[in-house]
Amino acid sequence: MELYLAKGEKKEKTVALDDLFLTKSLPTTAGSKMLDGYMSLFDAEVFTLLSNSGFALGGKAKVGEFAIDLLGETCYKGATEKDGKLVYAPCELVKDGEVLAALCLDANGAPRRGAAQSGLVYLKPTYGTVSRFGLVGVASSGDTVGICAETTDTVREILSVIAHHDDKDGTSLSEDACISINKEKKAAKVAVLKDFIAEAEADVQKSIYLTIEALKKSGVEVVEINSDEIAAARVAWNILMSAETCNNVSRFDGVKYGYRTQNFTNLDELYTNSRTEAFGDLIKTCILFGSETLSDKNYMKQYDKSLRIRRVISEKFALLFKSYDAVLLPATSKTSYSVEDVKENLTLCYEENKFTAPASITGLPALVAGGVQFIADAFEEGKLLCLAQIIEQEG
Amino acid sequence: MRYETVIGLEVHVELATDSKIFCSCSAHSYGAEPNTHVCPACCGMPGMLPIVNKRVVDFGMKAGMMLNCHINRTTTFDKKSYYYPDLPAAFQTTQWFSPVAVNGLVEIETKDGKKGIRIKQIHMEEDAGKLVHDIREGTTHVDFNRTSVPLIEIVSQPDLSSADEVEAYLDRLKTLLRYARVAECEMAHGTMRCDVNLSVRPEGATEYGVRTEIKNMNSIEAIKRAIEYETARHIDAVENGTEVLVQETRRWDDIKGKSFAMRTKETAGDYRYFPDPNIMPVVIDDTWFEKIKASLPEFPETKLARYTEEYALTEYDAKRLCESIALCECFEGAMKVCGNAKDAANWMISDVMKTLNARQMTYDMLKLNGETLGKLIKLVADGKVSRPNGRKILDVMFDDSRLDPEAYAKENSLIISTDTGLVDKVIQAAIASDPKAVADFKGGKEKALMALFGKCMKELRGNCNPQELRTLLIDAINKID
Repeated sequence: MELYLAKGEKKEKTVALDDLFLTKSLPTTAGSKMLDGYMSLFDAEVFTLLSNSGFALGGKAKVGEFAIDLLGETCYKGATEKDGKLVYAPCELVKDGEVLAALCLDANGAPRRGAAQSGLVYLKPTYGTVSRFGLVGVASSGDTVGICAETTDTVREILSVIAHHDDKDGTSLSEDACISINKEKKAAKVAVLKDFIAEAEADVQKSIYLTIEALKKSGVEVVEINSDEIAAARVAWNILMSAETCNNVSRFDGVKYGYRTQNFTNLDELYTNSRTEAFGDLIKTCILFGSETLSDKNYMKQYDKSLRIRRVISEKFALLFKSYDAVLLPATSKTSYSVEDVKENLTLCYEENKFTAPASITGLPALVAGGVQFIADAFEEGKLLCLAQIIEQEG
Repeated sequence: MRYETVIGLEVHVELATDSKIFCSCSAHSYGAEPNTHVCPACCGMPGMLPIVNKRVVDFGMKAGMMLNCHINRTTTFDKKSYYYPDLPAAFQTTQWFSPVAVNGLVEIETKDGKKGIRIKQIHMEEDAGKLVHDIREGTTHVDFNRTSVPLIEIVSQPDLSSADEVEAYLDRLKTLLRYARVAECEMAHGTMRCDVNLSVRPEGATEYGVRTEIKNMNSIEAIKRAIEYETARHIDAVENGTEVLVQETRRWDDIKGKSFAMRTKETAGDYRYFPDPNIMPVVIDDTWFEKIKASLPEFPETKLARYTEEYALTEYDAKRLCESIALCECFEGAMKVCGNAKDAANWMISDVMKTLNARQMTYDMLKLNGETLGKLIKLVADGKVSRPNGRKILDVMFDDSRLDPEAYAKENSLIISTDTGLVDKVIQAAIASDPKAVADFKGGKEKALMALFGKCMKELRGNCNPQELRTLLIDAINKID
């Protein structure tokens, strides 16, 4: 089973990057035939920071086409399977001990699902604290660099390397704000979104309640609440994500670089055939949906409304964080997915992301540990890592 | 029936910033080799993010203030999507929801009097690249040098009603934007481009007629011809039913003198505008706002009035200077140092502007430092340097704006000699060398003096006051018996 799209070197401290991080030394495909063999002229800022800190690049991990799918199944080199189950290649590299950590573009929650399945620690930091410079843009308003590792300490170490202000990213926050997320903090009170848990399958629920017990045993107060407005995150995020992704991949037109069809006699055919031949079905669906949502007739009732919903959800979270240190919810509804699941339902990722959309749409930091997801207030990564530590010790 | 024409303009103006709007590439590539002013950002390569050039916002605000607009204190950038090979990312970053300036007013003057033209909005955006067609090879090449060069689009309300008004309006925009030094506004260079929205209606009607948009006019003359053609076409259609007017975009063919349909409203693209998530809203705080406001130039009319009243310049001289802000600044700088407005204006008009013309430079291209020019004027006024030598020094100053005229004059022996002994000696030598000229002059031939005068001048290398030399020379001749 090949987990890399391009192999790098192995040293004492080695990381894998998913294939949306641009690197000068290895090709970057974003999991798409459209960019097969694409060589970047520059390195992603995150990779520059890591190599300056002595990390080697183990390779470019397989990833779904533009990272919007369920678990990397839309990669142009095929899905990654193990014992009939879909596995997330970057997480699998960590699990196999190939690399110390994997860095993933968290566009639609795939790395969170992957980490939950493989029982690893994964952190998606606050939007704006890690530079997006040199990442193939997908859903720009949510795109965040996530860190997946075996231990909480490793996540901490990588976070301290990559959380910095970057002048090359217009949404990058101040250096003070960026480094503030490394602060160690205590988490004493957790709110559980019980209706979200009810939507997960029984074995997922079981493992969540085990985790809750472990937290309680360590003195964490756990309170069950209703999700209310947060449940609207999925629909709104699907609209925002599709629109932004549609716009970001519009540059891949066969004119300048990447895949170009052999089969054209005029400009329209060059565009249409290049994109038809190089893009997979899921990204095509996303492009159509995204275009539709931004059209004159739909903009106000769909895209604009989703922006408003984003604000409402952010306000709801802000209210919750006045009383709680973190919110607990599942990362997936199933403990594993088969290839058949996604074959039968191409857009399963548009449904399963109901658990990941709340943190994607708000840009809030999210943690996956012990198969469970936590969301904290902006810049409160310390609280999330405190919970990860507890789960690590209790587990 | 009498008809009136209703015209609104969309004017694109290239901003004169050094770098492009979202990257640090040079914005000046006019005439450069294709694709030499490009980087991964303006070529739309994945992974690059737009960083707003603050100068572009400065210039956008300035333009808004010059056109009496309200400045939106929070202004945002949006994406406009369409496919065309000269648009590398397949979207243009522009301002759709909250442009930098809105609700302005520009006053124009035509032979029919003064009229206010309302400005709907001014928005900042990036330019597209250029397609170069090789007709021989049957291929098309893309040049991204112009991609992401900053533009403002000035959208007027439909307040214009004739080709003459359009000309006056464009002239006024050009003057105001050049005064603020935000743009060159040269249609021939493509730094000012204009699309015309036009409809006709019976005089006095309140409803608008069917509107067409006309593009592709490359000069003010072409714009006027297009307006006249399109007006006649519309009236003919309404009056005689020669054709059914539809809302559409038309391309002007200046050689054929006709407009041709490009696309109708039904087939027009849906641009799918949405706020660019990669660019944070630009918030213009009071400090920034006031700084830009303080940097605005005097309006041309205010300057003109001040020049005639305060400096007692003739209306003609004042108008000539006010043609360009560069001339005004140089003049005012010179004035400050030499203290004589008349003198400074003279030098500006008879020397500086002449030199610019001789060098085929526009007035706005003047780089001469006003204070330095003032020093030179003073040197001549004080009788230290002769006027002809002053002109020579000015010519050198054109190439070296930091030149100190006095030091240069000294180094190159261009200071008027105060050594009366030397002048006497030169005069005596000239008289001695040409007794015929002396005799001719004495015999009443005034012209004969010129030969002697020229000889002296040459010997003194021009370093004398011509008036004084003439008097001394005549005195010396008269002393000869």
